[in-house]
Amino acid sequence: MPEVIPPDSVGVVTPQILDFNTPLKLDCGRMLNTYSLVYETYGELNADHSNAVLICHALSGDHHAAGYHSMDDKKPGWWDAYIGPNKPIDTNKFFVVSLNNLGGCKGSTGPISINPETQGIYGADFPIVTVNDWVKSQVCLGDTLGIKKWAAIIGGSLGGMQALQWAIDFPDKLSHCIMIASAPKLSAQNIAFNEVARQCILTDPEFHEGRYHDHNTKPRKGVMLARMLGHITYLSDNAMRDKFGRELREGKLNFGFDVDFQIESYLRYQGQSFVDRFDANTYLLMTKALDYFDPASKYEHDLSKTLENVTAKFLLVSFTTDWRFSPERSQEIVEALLKNKKSVSYADIEADEGHDAFLLPIPQYYKIFTNYMQQVARDIPEQQGEPA
Amino acid sequence: MTLRSDLAFISDWVKPHSHVLDLGCGNGKLLAHLQQTRQVMGYGLEIDEELIATCINAGINVIHTDLNEGLGNFIDNDFDYVIMTQALQVINKPDVLLREMLRVGQEGIVTFPNFGHYKCRIPLLFEGRMPVSATLPKQWYNTENIHLCTLHDFENLCEELGIQVLQRAVVDHSTLRPTLMTKILPNLFGETAIYRIKLK
Repeated sequence: MPEVIPPDSVGVVTPQILDFNTPLKLDCGRMLNTYSLVYETYGELNADHSNAVLICHALSGDHHAAGYHSMDDKKPGWWDAYIGPNKPIDTNKFFVVSLNNLGGCKGSTGPISINPETQGIYGADFPIVTVNDWVKSQVCLGDTLGIKKWAAIIGGSLGGMQALQWAIDFPDKLSHCIMIASAPKLSAQNIAFNEVARQCILTDPEFHEGRYHDHNTKPRKGVMLARMLGHITYLSDNAMRDKFGRELREGKLNFGFDVDFQIESYLRYQGQSFVDRFDANTYLLMTKALDYFDPASKYEHDLSKTLENVTAKFLLVSFTTDWRFSPERSQEIVEALLKNKKSVSYADIEADEGHDAFLLPIPQYYKIFTNYMQQVARDIPEQQGEPA
Repeated sequence: MTLRSDLAFISDWVKPHSHVLDLGCGNGKLLAHLQQTRQVMGYGLEIDEELIATCINAGINVIHTDLNEGLGNFIDNDFDYVIMTQALQVINKPDVLLREMLRVGQEGIVTFPNFGHYKCRIPLLFEGRMPVSATLPKQWYNTENIHLCTLHDFENLCEELGIQVLQRAVVDHSTLRPTLMTKILPNLFGETAIYRIKLK
């Protein structure tokens, strides 16, 4: 709980909801006739609406990217290190919009929402959504908020994929595309990890083919295992060694199958706390959205051809010890942009923290991000008069 | 903006609106200058994270790259100029990189400290010591400069690699421009060598 709000925090924020009644045709062929998106905004929109920045979240993220929901919150939003007054995404300069994607479980329409056709919870009936579907819904959100062109669209990991999809499909709607620890598509190894995570959930006896709500239960074990596996892949070998080593929780071996080592305790804690805040069906959907993302598949699997018409300027950042979305994956995108003579900058940050590094305030990453965002701010036309 | 003397030369040699790659672009000053005065489009390659941040601040495109790993990211003849200032001597395989430069660029522009300069020769000749000077400030054991050469050495290498020298300038750091001495005896009086090269 923050005793006082730090001066570089956006403070206490209240999520907002927008309802959309224009049907959204999804990649899977189904329609969402109505849907809602929950989002937060930080900073002020300027007079000609040219200082808006969209934040796209990753697998388990949501709209609460910065600030606190109340003074009782233990932690601020997931990217609070980077969003706020005088932070890289400076809310003195930018109007920041952060949403929860469709299929999420934090307020936007998803598996835990009521299906208007049946009046029951969607559960397993919620359609599988793709990055492409998310971007289409984000376009509707931008249109409703009166933002014709985003100063920047920013995301880490799965969020970076959304930013890339925007740049490909809506080149006129963004000036800068910032992808952090991301990839042009998943590797077989990535898909393999996702499949194990899904199997953890799908084979939990409490899963009930996704209708666990009807049985007043949850696939707790499955979600916990999926998250434990995920956490291993988000950290690097070094980071785990530094943080836990082979430290024993009780100072001795217990010759049993309960927790001996600190790392076991950490993973169990992460897994258990995730169960309480995340929905199993949403987790399944998010991993599928990751697996299916492959924008080059519409361009003969040629990434440079895919990026031929992008007009946004790009910043890509990767981290040396990230083995879930390795630097080589970011470099594939950089290379394709170079072939097309597009504006791009790229840094591979020396960091021990693995994939998780994108969330953390690492000095060189912080500095590069800050400097780039200042360039984004310089590209915003000067305003006449006061902010709207 | 004041440019280092070698950079001012390069800037004169680059045609407006060309496509430029700057290897080891440092703080990005040259490329920023070329963007402003020559309207070039280009990229800087840099290995140091601190300098990458500076380049971004200077408003140039910068790609984190270890030049010792070559220019595999770039396709053949993609640039009008590939520039490398004061980096040849720190590269593991300068010959390989020179060839790479002229694979991806129509022309190359290279600058390096001339080890044939009299200030380098004097300590070697009279004291039997490796030279330490304003252009080469570090000791033999902690210098990044692992492949120093003279004008003659460089021109011999070009000959071996089938590279043609299109233009050469030699500057003296006390005057920051070519002098009578650098014109008569460039390998003895030139502190920094600047070459514009292409494949024969």
